[in-house]
Amino acid sequence: MDFSDTPEEAEFRASVRKWLEANAQRARGTSGRFTGTGTDDIGAAKAWQASKYEAGYAAITVPEVYGGRGGTPIQALIYRQEESAFAVPTGVYEIGLGMCVPTVMMQGSDAHRDRFLVPAYRGDEIWCQLFSEPAGGSDIAALRTRAVRDGDDWVINGQKVWTSGAHFADFGILLARTDPTVAKHKGLTMFIVDMKAPGVDVRPIEQMSGGAEFNEVFFADVRIPDSDRLGAEGDGWNVALGTLMMERMSAGQGFGFFGATEVLELARKTEIGGRPASSDARVRERVADWWINEQGLKLLSYRAQTALSKGELPGPEQSVNKAIEAPQAQEIAYFARQLRGQAGSMDGEEIDEDWVHVDRSWLWAPGMRLGGGTDEVLRNIIAERVLGLPGDVRVDKGVPFNQLTS
Amino acid sequence: MNFDFSDEQKMLREQVSRALTEAAPLTEARTALTGGFEYSERAWNAIAEAGILGAGIPEEYGGLGLGRLEWCVTSEEIGRTLAPVPYLSTIVLAEALLAFGSAAQKNMWLPRIAGGQIIGTWADAEGPRELRADNLQVEFKSGRLTGKKLPVLDGNIAGLAVVLARTDDGPALVLVDLEKGVSRRALKTLDKSRPQAELHFDGAPAELLGKAGEGWTAYTQLMNRASVLLAFEQVGAADRALEMARDYALERHAFGRPIGSYQGIKHKLANIYMANEIARVHALWGAWATSTDASDLPLAAASARVSANRAFTLAAQENIQTHGGIGFTWESDCQLFYRRARLYAGLLGPELDWKERIVTSIELSNAA
Repeated sequence: MDFSDTPEEAEFRASVRKWLEANAQRARGTSGRFTGTGTDDIGAAKAWQASKYEAGYAAITVPEVYGGRGGTPIQALIYRQEESAFAVPTGVYEIGLGMCVPTVMMQGSDAHRDRFLVPAYRGDEIWCQLFSEPAGGSDIAALRTRAVRDGDDWVINGQKVWTSGAHFADFGILLARTDPTVAKHKGLTMFIVDMKAPGVDVRPIEQMSGGAEFNEVFFADVRIPDSDRLGAEGDGWNVALGTLMMERMSAGQGFGFFGATEVLELARKTEIGGRPASSDARVRERVADWWINEQGLKLLSYRAQTALSKGELPGPEQSVNKAIEAPQAQEIAYFARQLRGQAGSMDGEEIDEDWVHVDRSWLWAPGMRLGGGTDEVLRNIIAERVLGLPGDVRVDKGVPFNQLTS
Repeated sequence: MNFDFSDEQKMLREQVSRALTEAAPLTEARTALTGGFEYSERAWNAIAEAGILGAGIPEEYGGLGLGRLEWCVTSEEIGRTLAPVPYLSTIVLAEALLAFGSAAQKNMWLPRIAGGQIIGTWADAEGPRELRADNLQVEFKSGRLTGKKLPVLDGNIAGLAVVLARTDDGPALVLVDLEKGVSRRALKTLDKSRPQAELHFDGAPAELLGKAGEGWTAYTQLMNRASVLLAFEQVGAADRALEMARDYALERHAFGRPIGSYQGIKHKLANIYMANEIARVHALWGAWATSTDASDLPLAAASARVSANRAFTLAAQENIQTHGGIGFTWESDCQLFYRRARLYAGLLGPELDWKERIVTSIELSNAA
């Protein structure tokens, strides 16, 4: 048992670090913290992605024939670990390069791969994922957006929601209903959609946290050629599951919330009963509990790294990540606000940057408890896929979609 | 990065698992609980015969010279079966000898521990009073030990103990042959499947283990190693309690469905799973720290301790809840886990103290 890299991994890490030092600024103070405002600088993000592409770090695990490095998952993880210490804009590519583009690579035609992969890795074109709908959140397969065949085209009508980055995306992968006469999971098909096509209307959603990173996307008679179908007609659900599986490969990425050590540091600068709050036993006990979970998630990511290092897939224990981190972030941020006394109801901007970070955590945590699987869905997944408990009773099971009541 | 046991260590775990499943099914813990015996000789012999007691003891003292990780994987399997054996107490004594013993003390005792010929333990607590460096009552003076220690795990079956005592120079660890000048009284305890005793030293002959005055530091180091071992027992037991709950939830039907298909049960068991996974990685971190003598050991030991308490306690109590009425009966095995979880949470001192050590460590590293 040891925590060090193999010689090959160490060599790769050193070359990555050397390149990052030469091409980016180390994150300092609050510069590396997430802003969660949706005001990403697309130009800066594209420039950074392009330089990564030139250096061979944009698509580490992708075969060279598709414009990648032909490297290993552990190299990709090492790159992410190293890059996270630098103040670089990567957010706008996370979903596209993490989930959408791999789906195009696996399910698309040779023509798709030739057309889309390199521009995506180079950062010229940004991708978004169009799955969730007003009528299909946790139950994505209940989605209603219709795709109707018309000659060589499909005609799309409907609405997506909570689409990250749709407002700057060039393309998306779209899950739509092609056959409403069969059970809901069976009538779905996946497509590539041009976000600039006529009939696509993107409207940002203003979040409770104040930013607008997500969108509603409306489709009115949008035409997609059948050649831009991903996978077989009616196989969209399986294609979508493959897309969601990609999340497992990105194990161990934190969300940048205000954490246990930070709240302890903050408590040093505030007082309870005339003494530093950090010496208060109530504060200290909570910090210990939170720290155990944070450190536990970090150690779990080492387990994932171990698996990748051996060329294996990370185990199911990685699924606990967000279910622990997001609710805890909400708790910590709530608790921290107590430390500023009556000013706890004031916006952090009235005080200083640390408090701004606390407020961002507090306002963002509710969203993180929902996106990418709610707290409840994640527990269902653990119970069913890890512990082998039965699925929930489904009253819509086997019922054709067009005969469902709501 | 290799944050896992080696293939050889996993093979050893399989071997121990097979031996213990055969020698110590849960009926052994039940027999101990109902006063059938004080420990399972069958299970103890199985562990001794596999050479495990000497795994972390160098070959020059009759051990296998492997390391502490082998002790850890064994602890996990003991936890899974709730095997009623004086393993933790004996290994803690071995650790005390390894760290602080003179050559003569090591030569005298380590081969006998490695060979399974002697059961060991440690004695620190003095009843319900807070245990501190400055209020120890048991005294070591002129080669004699006087006073009372309780509760002492396996105190009524051990032949040798390391005892925390006061001296004129400050706290010290001392080594006592329990066959000489020591009277023992079995204590009523919450988990009778593991015996605890009061040891009354009435001028018992004893010798220093390490230096007088450095005993408290030595004791703290010893408890860090104990915490890691115990955490593995807790993780193993928490896994088994979760499996019991899962199996019952699949089999038991209510309102026409397995109760495991209700989210009330599914989410409960998912919460246990999450707590177990967090505890497991902290125990592994502790195993790495104790086996490499890392400077992180105090922190890793503390987080292993707290997270394992949390996981085993949750699993044990929610296992009863999942079982419903049958889980509350004397004949159900659920109570074995519930009682053992309480015992383990009590050993090695209060969880609040360990949490405080975590925060102190974070502050030190923040300041650095």
